[in-house]
Amino acid sequence: MSDSHHHDDDHHHDHHDHHHGSLTHSLLPSDPALRVKAMETLLTQKGLVDPDALDALIDAYQNRIGPQIGAKIVARSWHDPDFRAELLRDATKVIGDMGFTGLQGEHIVAVENTDEVHNVVVCTLCSCYPWSILGIPPAWYKSEAYRSRVVIDPRGVLSEFGLDIHPDKQVRVWDSTAEIRYLVIPQRSENTEELSVEQLASLVTRDSMVGTGLPKIMGELP
Amino acid sequence: MNLPDPDAPFAEPWHAQIFALTHKLAQAGHYTWPEWAARFAAQRATSARDAAPDLEATYYDDWLRTFEQLLLDKALADKASLDALKAAWTEAYLETPHGKPVQLKAR
Repeated sequence: MSDSHHHDDDHHHDHHDHHHGSLTHSLLPSDPALRVKAMETLLTQKGLVDPDALDALIDAYQNRIGPQIGAKIVARSWHDPDFRAELLRDATKVIGDMGFTGLQGEHIVAVENTDEVHNVVVCTLCSCYPWSILGIPPAWYKSEAYRSRVVIDPRGVLSEFGLDIHPDKQVRVWDSTAEIRYLVIPQRSENTEELSVEQLASLVTRDSMVGTGLPKIMGELP
Repeated sequence: MNLPDPDAPFAEPWHAQIFALTHKLAQAGHYTWPEWAARFAAQRATSARDAAPDLEATYYDDWLRTFEQLLLDKALADKASLDALKAAWTEAYLETPHGKPVQLKAR
């Protein structure tokens, strides 16, 4: 993808040259960026989108909505058995009651890791993900390599993440859809009985909630 | 120079803009999210079949292509207006001195 952040690209558009003296024009965005600007302008002119609402959504996903939300939910489930039971029974409702509803009304299902089972989440078709509690998925989650391989060889893919699952443990792969997203509740780190919910949350990583990692252990607590 | 942050939710501003546009139009009922997802998945499969680079850039190019076609199919936008606005934005960037806010000329 071209990125015209170089003024020596200027010769490509000399026919637009309106430079005065030593002034240079603004950096020309990439072709896709200009196409998106055109769409946004047209949709705004037609009254189909509100620029302030777009900015608010972007701001939320850039600054407030991310894995720290999921981490709080997992930490609470470690701390409070009743909450955990409710979460496993109806995560959509429990998480919605906490104020984190999906952008498109999608359902969330919580799956728990145990001594017998390790869960891992994928979207084989595109990139469905529990956005409202984990934010925008990382690049690897969207990659063809992960999406196509984790279903066929989950243990092999997990070992590439540095996660070797014991042969006696079952690995379950959950394929997300436009309607159903999954949250993995990882196993609680050992020797954390004294920690507060906030401290527990700081152990819960994004990857541990997708199933490609484990929570931090006590020595890693900041 | 600012290096890209690998953990930033959006690598480029237009990734964030098209994410927001796609969600807002679905929320407004112009299409359902499963309809969007099915179209996007089909485009992703096409790219994979064509051995497009397995990069986030391809992912967002697929998103852009799918969204543009969805707008046209749903008559939410037309090609002539999109082309004209893209040309107008290009001109605005080229004519605006560096550091000044870039705005479309009133038409």
